[in-house]
Amino acid sequence: MLNTWFPNVQWDVVLEATKETLYMSSISVFVTFILGLTLGLALFLTAPGNLWENKFLNGIIAVIVNVFRSIPFIILIILLIPFTRFIVGTMLGAEAALPALIVGAAPFYARMVEIALREINKGVIEAAKSMGATNFQIIFKVLIPESTPALVSGITVTAIALVSYTAMAGVVGAGGLGNLAYMEGYQRDNADVTLVSTVLILVIVFVIQWIGDKATTSLDKR
Amino acid sequence: MINLQSVRKVFQTKDGEVKAVDTVDLDIKQGEIYGIIGYSGAGKSTLIRILNMLERPTSGTVTISGKNMSELSPKKLRQARQEISMIFQHFNLLWSRTVRENIAFPLEIGGYPKAKIKKRVDELIDLVGLEGRGGSYPSQLSGGQKQRVGIARALANEPKVLLCDEATSALDPKTTDSILDLLVEINKKLGLTIVLITHEMHVIRKICHRVAVMEKGKVVEEGDVLSVFKNPKKPITKDFVKQVTEPEETVDTIKQFVQEFPEGRIVQLTFVGGRAGQPLITELIRHYEVDVNILQGKITQTQNGPYGTLFIQIKGNDEALAKAMEFLNSVQVEVEVIHNA
Repeated sequence: MLNTWFPNVQWDVVLEATKETLYMSSISVFVTFILGLTLGLALFLTAPGNLWENKFLNGIIAVIVNVFRSIPFIILIILLIPFTRFIVGTMLGAEAALPALIVGAAPFYARMVEIALREINKGVIEAAKSMGATNFQIIFKVLIPESTPALVSGITVTAIALVSYTAMAGVVGAGGLGNLAYMEGYQRDNADVTLVSTVLILVIVFVIQWIGDKATTSLDKR
Repeated sequence: MINLQSVRKVFQTKDGEVKAVDTVDLDIKQGEIYGIIGYSGAGKSTLIRILNMLERPTSGTVTISGKNMSELSPKKLRQARQEISMIFQHFNLLWSRTVRENIAFPLEIGGYPKAKIKKRVDELIDLVGLEGRGGSYPSQLSGGQKQRVGIARALANEPKVLLCDEATSALDPKTTDSILDLLVEINKKLGLTIVLITHEMHVIRKICHRVAVMEKGKVVEEGDVLSVFKNPKKPITKDFVKQVTEPEETVDTIKQFVQEFPEGRIVQLTFVGGRAGQPLITELIRHYEVDVNILQGKITQTQNGPYGTLFIQIKGNDEALAKAMEFLNSVQVEVEVIHNA
């Protein structure tokens, strides 16, 4: 039945493309989370009135974050070609998409982390200080746990953005469902291939959103 | 125990310098409950934060149990802070932690082993009366219960000093009283020195031994709670004392008394300390040929004894009146004749 409805779809190729998309998304979400959290914490902690107040450092991090967040992703991929070649050794395949995905998404997530941290009641930080907590204890026992729901909902939004980035990366040779939709679907005029790819991307996005929502709700004790 | 010498804190703002704390000297003894009262903006919040160096003084010295707080290294300061706990107006609990985990927080910071933390948390939950609520999150508690968690958390490290930053200002009157009772209980049981700031004279009256009145960054009056009540010098202190001793309508009431009871004398008696318990009026009626009519009265309990005012009307012939007045003056009750002197 599948073959009558979708005559041009090669299901083994679709499966392979789905795996590539999942691979690119999951690795990039993981690295983006670590890198974005670090950058976001740095942005927050060096801001005026905070633990490591430092105008100079804060300015530099803010500029880096803003620049990479502002460059349209498709252009970022092209700008990063030399960097990617140096790191990965090639411009083709799922691995080659990772540097651009991470560099594009981490600053985006860093801003969300910063906003999440700013939402924390200053009094709680003051209370921890009054108990003699070190700065590291404040970061790991107060800042991160108290902002967890916002950090999780932020990474959910970022992960969904990353799935759509992988589709774009696919167009320039990274593989995955985006590549399939463009090369096999659009270029060869196989509407059924485009449709199947799109539906699969939607399914991935919905699943991420569902997991993210569940996690945020169960973590939020406010 | 706690000694402040010429402590000043100046904030630079766009409108120039603001002297939040202006040359304050204080000496707080071990084991006492010391109250600092003032209206908002008087500098009391800044002052209490200077005690544990959450705010650094611009000049002056703060000594707590022999340590000069502003000269401690960051590490020594963190250790000193474990002995100087603080509770807050808005509790400042970690909402992501349960009651148990919140109370365990300072112990985790202090690096205690898990088994010891568990034992200590159990003791503290009992001490503050939160049995059965250990697994709840702060959002599931009432304001009074949250402050109990705050107090348990503050006591976890067995501190020597407890700083209370408007600890009851966000609570209703009944809950305020139960928290104040708890503070007195731990002060007696643990011999803890308590420094509290408040804008409510009720809090000072109920639990403090000594009080300092702050206005515009300065301590304008200081002393034993009872003597400040008995003899407030500055207008601001008189205002605060009136909050708890006289109902607001007293002035009107007295005017009305004067109209309603033109005969005899209207006398205001002020009882301080043990006197409030004496059967003074009985003696007056028994031994002197006067009629006594009680018009209005209020007795207030403080940590150093009762304090109260009583308005009475005394009627009789001139001789009897003179003798009665002589008696009143002799029993060390403050007597103020309001009408027909």
